[in-house]
Amino acid sequence: MQIPIVRNILEANDRIAAQLKKSFAEKGILVLNLMSSPGAGKTSLLERTLRDLAPEFRMAVIEGDLQTDNDARRVAATGAQAVQVNTDGGCHLDGSMIMEALNSLDLSGLDILFVENVGNLVCPAEFSVGEDHNIALLSVAEGDDKPEKYPLLFHISSVMLLNKTDLLPYVDFSLEKASAHATALNKEIAVFPVSCRTGEGLDAWYGWLRAARAAKKPAA
Amino acid sequence: MHEMSIVQGLLDIIRQEMGRHGVTRLHEVKVVHGRLTNVVPEALDLAWEVLSKDTEFEGARLVTEEIPLRLRCGACRAEFSPEHLSAVLAPCPSCGEELGHEVVAGREMYIAQIEAE
Repeated sequence: MQIPIVRNILEANDRIAAQLKKSFAEKGILVLNLMSSPGAGKTSLLERTLRDLAPEFRMAVIEGDLQTDNDARRVAATGAQAVQVNTDGGCHLDGSMIMEALNSLDLSGLDILFVENVGNLVCPAEFSVGEDHNIALLSVAEGDDKPEKYPLLFHISSVMLLNKTDLLPYVDFSLEKASAHATALNKEIAVFPVSCRTGEGLDAWYGWLRAARAAKKPAA
Repeated sequence: MHEMSIVQGLLDIIRQEMGRHGVTRLHEVKVVHGRLTNVVPEALDLAWEVLSKDTEFEGARLVTEEIPLRLRCGACRAEFSPEHLSAVLAPCPSCGEELGHEVVAGREMYIAQIEAE
């Protein structure tokens, strides 16, 4: 016999993500899910951000990685708390991995928790980790057609950072084209061209972070 | 390859629903996915084959149906489906606006029905 069901296939993850979100809301922690291709500069962005905003905020990082703990060590060198989650080849982080990683983090007084997802523009976009905002990072060396090729990620993101702008003279990358494609399905997306190497443009990103932090109600 | 995680979720739901409806033998499962969800049907088929092997579901058919992308124009609010699926920068056929469209359909990913006895 035919049995109609109509259930969301990712409902198990959505349930865990909702629990995480509630728990983060109670603690007043701003949670940002950072996604990009491998090598776009997620860890460099975090190193910069953690150092530059250390006087203002208490921050921690959950590092998703296929195998190594290289990124977690780089982040920990800034003095911020970092927890490594190895997915053993898995292409994305999911809610249950975040739940487990939280056991190794001291959340008291935390202002911002960054989740550095596995380098991948496709899979992580489907799995919520209880974040307040998704942040898409794209480097100019990758080509300006990425928002067009991977529309879901840019559709669900609040911010698109265009990293490695110091390479712009050497690559054919149109900031306008990348921005237009990201805006096509998401008119609210904030676009910040930055260079984590030179520091150019980071102030605008920090301004967004401060505003997002202020908009998140502190713990009651 | 998040298709593996998708099929894992699928198997859990099918097990629950079959228990609830008192059926034990699965013939077919139908999955509906939107154009925007990045699901590759071939990868889903492969994941289904691998994960259902040596389970009570081995041999059951996986049928997928794709829902096209449907947008609401950011300017005149007319609904339309872009002609070329890859072209997200899609001008509205009514007014020509290219930016700020809302996604009306295309993000779905659900199990629609099972056929079992």
